[in-house]
Amino acid sequence: MQIPAVSPQPSLLQFQASSRRFFHWLTKPHVVLSLIMLLLMFYMVIIPLYKLVQTTVTWQLVDASRIPGAVEGELTLYHWIRMLSGIFGQIYTFTPLTHSMTIAIGTVVLALLIGGSLAWLVVRTDMPGRKLVNQLAVLPYIMPSWTLAQAWLVLFKNRTTGGAPGMFEALIGVSPPDWLSYGPVPIIICCALHYYTFFFLFVSAALMSIDSNLEEAGELMGAKRWRILRKITLPLVLPALLSGFIMTFSKVMGTFGGPNILGSPIRYYVVATMIRGSLAAGDKADAFVLAIVLILFAMVTISLNQRFTGTRRSYETIGGRGFVANPSKLRNLKKLFFTTVIIFQLLVLVVPLGLLTYDTFLLRTGDYSLSNLTLQNWIGQPNPLYNDGEPGVLHNPRIYKTAWNSIRLALYTAFFTAFLGVLLGYAIVKGRGTRLAKTVDQLAYIPYVIPGIAFGAVYIAMFAKKIGPLPSLYGTFALLVVVSVAKHIPYSSRSGVSAMMQVGHELEEAAQVAGASVWHRFRRVIFPLTMSGFISGFLLTFITTMRELSLIILLVTRDTQLLSSQTMKYIEAGRDQMGNIVVLLLVIITVIGNQIIGRFSGGSLKKGLGM
Amino acid sequence: METIIRINNLTKKFGNVVALDQVSLVIDPGTFVTLLGPSGCGKTTLLRCVAGLEDPDGGEIYIGNNLVFSYDKGISLPSSKRDLGLVFQNYALWPHMKVDKNITFALEIQKMPKPEMEKRVKESLKEVQMEGYEDRYPREMSGGQQQRIALARMLAYRPKVFLMDEPLSNLDARLRMDMRTELKRLHHISGATTIYVTHDQVEALTMSTNIAVMKEGVVQQFDSPDRIYHFPANLFVADFIGNPKVNLLEGVVNGKNSVDVGNFKISMNTDNAYGNVVVGIRPEDIAISPQLIPESVEFTAYSILPSGADSTIIARLGEVELTIKVMGISKIQMDDRIWLKFIPETINLFDKATGNLIN
Repeated sequence: MQIPAVSPQPSLLQFQASSRRFFHWLTKPHVVLSLIMLLLMFYMVIIPLYKLVQTTVTWQLVDASRIPGAVEGELTLYHWIRMLSGIFGQIYTFTPLTHSMTIAIGTVVLALLIGGSLAWLVVRTDMPGRKLVNQLAVLPYIMPSWTLAQAWLVLFKNRTTGGAPGMFEALIGVSPPDWLSYGPVPIIICCALHYYTFFFLFVSAALMSIDSNLEEAGELMGAKRWRILRKITLPLVLPALLSGFIMTFSKVMGTFGGPNILGSPIRYYVVATMIRGSLAAGDKADAFVLAIVLILFAMVTISLNQRFTGTRRSYETIGGRGFVANPSKLRNLKKLFFTTVIIFQLLVLVVPLGLLTYDTFLLRTGDYSLSNLTLQNWIGQPNPLYNDGEPGVLHNPRIYKTAWNSIRLALYTAFFTAFLGVLLGYAIVKGRGTRLAKTVDQLAYIPYVIPGIAFGAVYIAMFAKKIGPLPSLYGTFALLVVVSVAKHIPYSSRSGVSAMMQVGHELEEAAQVAGASVWHRFRRVIFPLTMSGFISGFLLTFITTMRELSLIILLVTRDTQLLSSQTMKYIEAGRDQMGNIVVLLLVIITVIGNQIIGRFSGGSLKKGLGM
Repeated sequence: METIIRINNLTKKFGNVVALDQVSLVIDPGTFVTLLGPSGCGKTTLLRCVAGLEDPDGGEIYIGNNLVFSYDKGISLPSSKRDLGLVFQNYALWPHMKVDKNITFALEIQKMPKPEMEKRVKESLKEVQMEGYEDRYPREMSGGQQQRIALARMLAYRPKVFLMDEPLSNLDARLRMDMRTELKRLHHISGATTIYVTHDQVEALTMSTNIAVMKEGVVQQFDSPDRIYHFPANLFVADFIGNPKVNLLEGVVNGKNSVDVGNFKISMNTDNAYGNVVVGIRPEDIAISPQLIPESVEFTAYSILPSGADSTIIARLGEVELTIKVMGISKIQMDDRIWLKFIPETINLFDKATGNLIN
C-alpha cells in the first residue's frame, strides 16, 4: 500500500507569500505613519484616560489615614459615591456643574448674538468700514480669555471681598452691586467677548459661501426680509452655528481663568475651579471624579450636536466659491451701525487694555490720586514696602524666565503640532476608507471633547509616578509640551487633512512613478505643498498655547511657571498690578509673534482654524 | 529595449466591489494598447496595478522579464523600481516647481550629471514642441501646454513603458485632435510599449495597435481596432464601438441563410446558427436608394441629420428603426419613401442568449 507523499512545501510557500504580503502592507508609508500615530495617541491620550479612571476607583494614600478599612490601591467606589450623593455631592459636584452650564450656555448665546450679527454686518450689508471691523473682530481671540476678567475687576471691584475698591466706585462713589462685580453675569460677559470670534469666523465663512441668488429668489417671490432671513439664510448657516456652538461650549465648560478671577472670590465655583481646589486640598481622586464628570458631559453635548449637524451636512456643499453677493441696504442706518460696531470694538479691546495698563502704574491698589502713580511695578528696585520686596517686572529675572518658558512652550508646541498635523493628514487621507485610517481619525478627535482643565488632570494622573517604561514627567517642562501638543491633536489633524486633500494623490504618485523614495517624496513634494497649512497650524497653535491657562494650571511648578499661570498667581495673592503687568506682557508677546509669523509666511488664523 | 507586458489572472477588489476579475493580457513589445470602456469598468484600476499604485488581490504582472507583482509569491515591486512613466488625466505637474525642475526630478534621483540633465530637458521639451518654457510655473501655462510638459517629464527619463490615464480628456476638442497626432508620433519614435486608458472610442480606434474593451472588470475583447470594429466579440463591444451606433435587430433564424426580423427578412450566411439571434449592422453598411432596387426593403425617412462630410438618416418601418450613414449631403427629404439594401458579408450575427458573436 502506498501513502501519498504530502510535501510540506506548498503550505510553507504560501506562508512565505502571505507574510511577504503582510510585510509589504506594513511598510507602506501611510500604514507606518498610522501605526506610529496610534502608538503616540495611545501614550498621550488613552493611557492617561485609563489612569484617570483608575485613580477614582482605588483607595488613595490620603484615604488610608482618614477612612477606616481603606487600603491604598484596592478597588472602591467610595470616591464616586461621595462626590455624587448627599450634601457633599451637592456642594462639590452638582452646584459647580450647574454654574459651569449656566456660564457655558450664557456665553454661547451671547457670543452667538455678537459674532453672528457682526458677521452679517461685515459680509452681507453695505456698512462702511467693513474691512476694519473684520480685522478688529479677530483680535479678542489673540488676547488671553481672562484679560477681560482682570480689566473687569479693575473697574468694578467692590468691597465684598475686602481690599481696595475698583475705579467705578472711586469715580462715581457708589459701590457696584455684587451681581455686577462678581459671579455669572461678569463671567459670561467676559467669556462671550472673547469667544464670539468663533461664531464670527464660522458664520462669516458660511455667509460668504451662500449665493445671494438664493435669497433673491425668495425676495422675488415676495417674501419679507425677516422671513427670508428666517426661512432661507438661517437654515443655510445652521451648520456653521452648530460648529461654533460645539467649540465654544466645550471650551467654556473647561475654562478656568475667568471663573477663577470673577467667581472664586465670592465662592461661586465652577467645575474647573473646583477641580483645582480639590487637588490643592490633596483629594486627587475627588478632583478626578469631577474631571470625568466634565468629560462625560462635554462628550454627550458634542455627540448630540453632531447627530444634529450630521443630518444637515448636505448643506455644506452649497458654497465653496465666493459669490458676488448683493448686500442688504442699511440706508440711513449705515452710520449708526458703523459707529455702534466701532464703539463696541473699542470697548472690548482698547478700554480693557487701557484700564489694565493704567492700573499697573498704581503704587497702592485702589488709590486713583495722581500722587499714587509710579513706575515701581515696572522698573522699581526691590523695596520691602512694595510687592513683598520683589523688584519691578522688567528687573525681575523670574519674570524673564517665565516669559522665556511661555515663548519656548508656544514654539515647541506649535512646531510639533504642525508637524504632527502633516503626518496625521497624510496617514488619514492616504488610507482613506481603511479601518486603520478611520481609527486614527477617531482617536485624534478625543482630546477635543476633553475640557482643558480635565486634560491637565489626566496628565497628573499619568505622569505623577513612573509607570513601566514611561518616565515621571511631573514638574518638567517636557510635560507641558506633551500636554499642549496632545490637546492640539484634533486641530492639527483637521488642518493636516484639509492641507493633504488639496495636494491630491496624483502629485505624490507622479513622484512615486518617477522613482522617488518615501523620504524624497515627503521632502520634495508633500512638505513643500503643505507648507502654508503647516504655517497656519503653527500660527494658531502658537497663539493658543501662549495664552493657555486651563490646560497647564495644574501642571506648572515653580521652575516651569508660565506667564499665564504667573498672572493667576499674582492675582490670587492680591497683587493685581503685578498680574496685570504680566498679562500685558503676554498680550504684547503674542501680538508680536503673530505679526512675525504671519508676515514671513502668509499663513493666517482663519486657515489654521481649517477654513 | 522593447518590453513585453504580461498580465495573468489579475484580480482587484475594493471592499465588496470587484474592480478587476481575473484579467489576462499579453501586450506585445512596442505596441500601443488602449484600455477602453465606460467609467467604472476597471480600466484605470488595471493601469494603476501595472504602475504599482494599487495592490491587486490576485494574479501576476510581468514587465519584460521582471515579475513585478505576484500575489501567490508575495512579490510587489514599488513603482519606482518598475521603470515606467505615467501621465495623469489632470497632468499632476508639481505646482511648486518650474518646468525644468519638474522634468529633472526623476533625473536627479538617477544622479545624472548636470550637463546631461540640461541636454535631456532641452531634448524632451523639443519633442513636445515646448522649447523655451523651462522657466514657467505650471499655473502660468494653459491646460494643453501643461499636458505637453507632463509628457516631456515622462519622456526625459526614458522609461521602458509609457502609461497614460486619459491624458487628453481635460482638453478641448481641437487640442485633443492635435495631441492625438503628437502622441502617435511620439510612440512611433520612442517605440516604448504604451498602455493608454480612455473612454473615448475614437481615440482608441485612431491610436491603438490593439484595444482591450472592458466592462465590469472583465476584458470583453482584446484585438486590433479593425477587428474590434468589424468583428465585435459580443453585443456590448458592438454597441460601445461606432458612432453613430450599430443597428441591433432581434430576429429568428428559421431557415438556411435567412434571418426573420419581423417586418422583413435579411438574407445572409447564418452558418450553424438557429433560434433567437441579434443582427448587428453598421450604419455605413446599408445602401440607400430613392427608387426601388432589387433585394431591398422599403422604409420611410423619419429624420435627416446632415453634418457636412456625411449625413445620418433615421429610417422607420413599423417598430423597426435603422440608422444609416451616407457620404455627403443627402438629397432625401423627411417622410420620403426609401429602399434599403444590406450587404450580407458586413452583417454580424449574435446569439441572443449569450450576446456572443456567432459568425
